[in-house]
Amino acid sequence: MLTYILRRVLQTLVVIALLSYVVFTLMALMPGDPVEMMIASNPKITAEDIVRLREFYGLDQPAWKRYANWVGTISQGDLGYSRTYRVPVMELMGPRLLNTLILSVCALSFSLLVGITLGVLSALKPGGRLDSFFSVFSFAGISIPSFWLGIMLIIVFSVKLGWFPAGGTQTIGMEGASWYREFFDRGWYLVLPVMSLSIQQIGTFMRYARSAMMEVLRLDFIRTAKAKGLSRGRVLWKHAFRNALIPLITIAALSLSNVFSGAILTETVFSYQGVGKLVYDSIIANDFNVAMVSFIISVSMVLMMNLVADILYGFADPRISYS
Amino acid sequence: MQDSVVVSVRNLETSFFTKMGPVRAVNDVSYDIHRGETLGIVGESGCGKSVTSFSLMRLIEHPGRITGGQVLLQGRDLLQLPEARMEDVRGGEMAMIFQEPMTALNPVLTIGHQIDEQVLRHKKVTPKEARERSIEMLSLVGIPSPEERYHNYPHQLSGGMRQRAMIAMALSCDPVFLIADEPTTALDVTIQAQILELIQNLQQKFRMSVQFITHDLGVISEISDRVLVMYGGQMCETADTVELFNNPRHPYTAALIASRPKFGSRPHRLTTIEGSVPAPHELPPGCPFYNRCPRRLDECRVQRPPVSTIKPGHQVACFNPL
Ligand SMILES: Nc1ncnc2c1ncn2[C@@H]1O[C@H](COP(=O)(O)OP(=O)(O)O)[C@@H](O)[C@H]1O
Ligand SMILES: [Mg+2]
Repeated sequence: MLTYILRRVLQTLVVIALLSYVVFTLMALMPGDPVEMMIASNPKITAEDIVRLREFYGLDQPAWKRYANWVGTISQGDLGYSRTYRVPVMELMGPRLLNTLILSVCALSFSLLVGITLGVLSALKPGGRLDSFFSVFSFAGISIPSFWLGIMLIIVFSVKLGWFPAGGTQTIGMEGASWYREFFDRGWYLVLPVMSLSIQQIGTFMRYARSAMMEVLRLDFIRTAKAKGLSRGRVLWKHAFRNALIPLITIAALSLSNVFSGAILTETVFSYQGVGKLVYDSIIANDFNVAMVSFIISVSMVLMMNLVADILYGFADPRISYS
Repeated sequence: MQDSVVVSVRNLETSFFTKMGPVRAVNDVSYDIHRGETLGIVGESGCGKSVTSFSLMRLIEHPGRITGGQVLLQGRDLLQLPEARMEDVRGGEMAMIFQEPMTALNPVLTIGHQIDEQVLRHKKVTPKEARERSIEMLSLVGIPSPEERYHNYPHQLSGGMRQRAMIAMALSCDPVFLIADEPTTALDVTIQAQILELIQNLQQKFRMSVQFITHDLGVISEISDRVLVMYGGQMCETADTVELFNNPRHPYTAALIASRPKFGSRPHRLTTIEGSVPAPHELPPGCPFYNRCPRRLDECRVQRPPVSTIKPGHQVACFNPL
């Protein structure tokens, strides 16, 4: 098991390294570079200045050499400096990344909890009234675009009812309040973004959970469990659900990256201080260091979640062995 | 010779309410099983053997429903019990083993856990005592190194061993009545013989009543004291095993015995009975065997032959018995 995990982690690292090189090269091919932007914004710049600036930023070197330099600094724990924000990338991205992670994890947990529960309930009586109702709900959830839903949520719950703030991350001036006041304040700001990000996922999880559960409930060992005299609840949750969970693990793990990318849109709608908007801006502004770091983070996340899914799978299903 | 009646099934009727209309899968079936006795139920695939067994356990699922009759276990009508009391009976006084040992055990739980669970459900024991009981049962059914097997998952056991584990589980709470629904059909011949012997030994040891279901007359002749022959959800004939094989009275029973593969010949199943079992929803109003019967009379088509006692212990439902 341990050798399997180590091997997979190593594989993952190699893939990340290769991909980062490809992306680095692609970004180097992009028209324009930071110096050109400086030229455009400063009419008094001289030709010598331009050469000096190119040399200073290393832009006169070939792409592979710049890549090697970049890897060198990264591996020392230095993520570089953001040219547009004029702060170290670490300082810029750290808190934003944390905010996005909070939003994504909340949305994922919420949608897993609700989606799986509703899916299991619909599987109990397929075609029943509850099932029909939920399936309309999940279909709607999957089809509604999340930015539209976000705007609707703001109009209804914030503008009309005034229950939740329309946007932002926390109330200004809350810093320094007791930790639980801050905690609840942030939770309050999270409700609408989490909702808007979850609806689609809930629909997806519901459909997967429903079909996984229906599949399992047909199997022979369910009847064995009933024949043992176990109660309905125990048969359902211990015997059926435990088996239905196996295919759901992969889907849930792979959804985190889905949610993470969905967060970019949601953050924009709710002016939530996450990493989403930052990534977009940095690519447009040719802010190399920020863009590369955010890219590495999102790729690593997808690959890591794949790995986590495989490992969890092995724990959930004893028939799989990693030797 | 035999003592008291343990199981008494009276006019059992189970129907499936399908989109194509109601299907009576079990139609007016009655029989008794005494203490320590094995009743073999035999019939072609689809004749209602499994539905009869599930009805006794009250495990009939939607769209099926038990629509009539009584199932008396030691005098108590199971069909009248509230569901919670019925759960006490299932796996307690009355247990069942199934045809497919490959799929009848939960793949994600250990063998030990699955037996423990049943013991804990029915007996007032600590988890440690349940575990001891499970290991004791595993060794009783002839599973080598039971302490190790206790921690195994079903896929780590062979088909025969899994069926032994199923038997261990079924017998873990000392049932008075065991239903075995084709427990050896999915196993190869040598394993089949071992499992049959095991069931027989355990039955004698615990003086259980057993309802043994199969479509294999050879198995029936080995294991059962009495035989019930079913066709199209109805009973055709019931008698002591020896009597039934020597003196079959229902044309269907006779045909079954005649079509039995002879020793040494290649086994082929019931190929000599002309025609096939009619689908339950197109059963004729009269005798279900009418369209294949060599001895049919006109009245057989319109009227269902009643079950009549020909000799003490030998009943047959036929207007024109042999
Ligand atoms: N879930 C079901 N829905 C509809 N009909 C069923 C269902 N289960 C069983 N039946 C009917 O009951 C009949 C008897 O089935 P069964 O008892 O399983 O036969 P067997 O004697 O082979 O065990 C079948 O022919 C079928 O028509
Ligand atoms: Mg059957």
